[in-house]
Amino acid sequence: MEEKAMALKQELLKLLDQDFQQTHDQLARQLGVSAAEVAKWLKELENDRILVKCQPIINWEKAGLDDVSALIEVKITPQREVGFDALAARIYRFPEVRNLYLMSGAYDLAVTVEGPTLKDVAQFVSTKLATIDGVVSTTTHFVLKKYKEEGVIIEDEEADRRLLVTP
Amino acid sequence: MNWAERVSPIVRSIPPSGIRRFFDIVAEMSGVISLGVGEPDFVTPWHIRESCVHGLQRGYTAYTSNYGLLELRQEIAKMIEADYGVTYNPKCEALVTVGVSEALDLAMRAILSPGDEVLVPEPCYVSYQACVTLAGGKPVSVSSSRENEFRVTVEQLASALTPRTKALLIGYPNNPTGAVMTRADLAAIAQFAEKNDLIVISDEIYANLTYDGEHTCFASLPGMRDRTILLNGFSKAYAMTGWRIGYALGNPDFIGAMTKIHQFTMLCAPITAQIAAVEALQQGRPSRDRMVAEYDKRRRLMVEGFRNMGLDCFEPKGAFYIFPSIQNTGLTSLEFAEKLLQAEKVALVPGDAFGACGEGYVRCSYAASSKNLTKALDRIARFVGPLLK
Repeated sequence: MEEKAMALKQELLKLLDQDFQQTHDQLARQLGVSAAEVAKWLKELENDRILVKCQPIINWEKAGLDDVSALIEVKITPQREVGFDALAARIYRFPEVRNLYLMSGAYDLAVTVEGPTLKDVAQFVSTKLATIDGVVSTTTHFVLKKYKEEGVIIEDEEADRRLLVTP
Repeated sequence: MNWAERVSPIVRSIPPSGIRRFFDIVAEMSGVISLGVGEPDFVTPWHIRESCVHGLQRGYTAYTSNYGLLELRQEIAKMIEADYGVTYNPKCEALVTVGVSEALDLAMRAILSPGDEVLVPEPCYVSYQACVTLAGGKPVSVSSSRENEFRVTVEQLASALTPRTKALLIGYPNNPTGAVMTRADLAAIAQFAEKNDLIVISDEIYANLTYDGEHTCFASLPGMRDRTILLNGFSKAYAMTGWRIGYALGNPDFIGAMTKIHQFTMLCAPITAQIAAVEALQQGRPSRDRMVAEYDKRRRLMVEGFRNMGLDCFEPKGAFYIFPSIQNTGLTSLEFAEKLLQAEKVALVPGDAFGACGEGYVRCSYAASSKNLTKALDRIARFVGPLLK
């Protein structure tokens, strides 16, 4: 039973991942369970921070509100006992930081930063990020154009080109 | 001059497709949710499309062998052997065609003499009868019934048998009903075919879209390999309808005869699509499995949906269609479809478009997003509710 519930919860998450604006009833029917059950599971998933947040993907450029984003490669010196985590926490608490990943390879942290202008981002990197104890170096790459975000093609989604009735 | 009279009588004798007529009504409207589409809602997986682009860039723009690219025939033979244990020689027992539609036409023209009869279980795909007629044969409808979940029985076939019966044309998993035949069901048909010396044309285009249990390939039944012309293609399982790639497998005499017609009428299937088909067989399994799993989920949603609104509906085990009965609404299939379209803007196809015994049913395709499916189910429920009171 436990396993079956887990599998259904995973299915529920996949449905939300495709479209989080579905009603409990719609979700329930696709899973073959009751809407009350869906509501209960959603609560649990949120409490466990498995379902972290449902948020839209917006073409900010088209909305006329585009910020500048940059991907910053950061090399750091890991600290005794806490490794990379303590430094990572100091970095991700800045609201300017959109994403933060620990990486394998030539550098340690991949940081995505957003700001209103190129100057704001550059300033954040030079005054806030690069000056943290333990940060050895930073390399900043500005994003020129976003083609795809979170698995979604920004500009040209493939439309349904089928005829309405076919044999 | 009455040009219409100059059209061949055989062609004139074929009634226009019931689907076509309905399509013309739907095409005029906007905001329609269509459950009337007989093709996947997925676009061909990108790696398959990309392989075609790459093929073009490398200059693959010429004719192929009449039989099709040998590499593709080898891949097809390999898959059929792995999946069903039937062995075909890719050199002379496999023919790549322009969709299963062409393969079906070739098969009929290759085996039929004027007046030969072909048993066609109904409901069935709309072109079966027409292909038999155009080849000079006579299609003999065999009705299957809801009571047997639209699986045709030997008794039903036997009652339509005459000394002129030459072949049997079956398509399972079935469009429009979603019915599948079990191995035991098919074994009985195989015995019947053997006893009456019939050629069996088995259209297995939906084979990979089988949800409960395994698909049985008709040619894999004892004694059936050489008696069967096995038809399949890429349209449904790999979401490649517009590419028009199908194939026929069978004994070298049948395949040779079909190739003779194919070489003079079609020459070969388009090379670009054949290249994409090779990619589909070599690398397409994960995308195929993903799509099939998605259809399966929607299938359950649809069965529940129709049953909850009080329509009788058997559980389809294959393809992506569901075939609920609308008899308790007091409407005919066509009335139901037209009124539903006008009232709620949901398009589905009247069951009688697939044979007379489809009257009283409608075909709903669940090749649509589950979001649209739940929306459509709500609208249908709203339409059906007052009719059932």
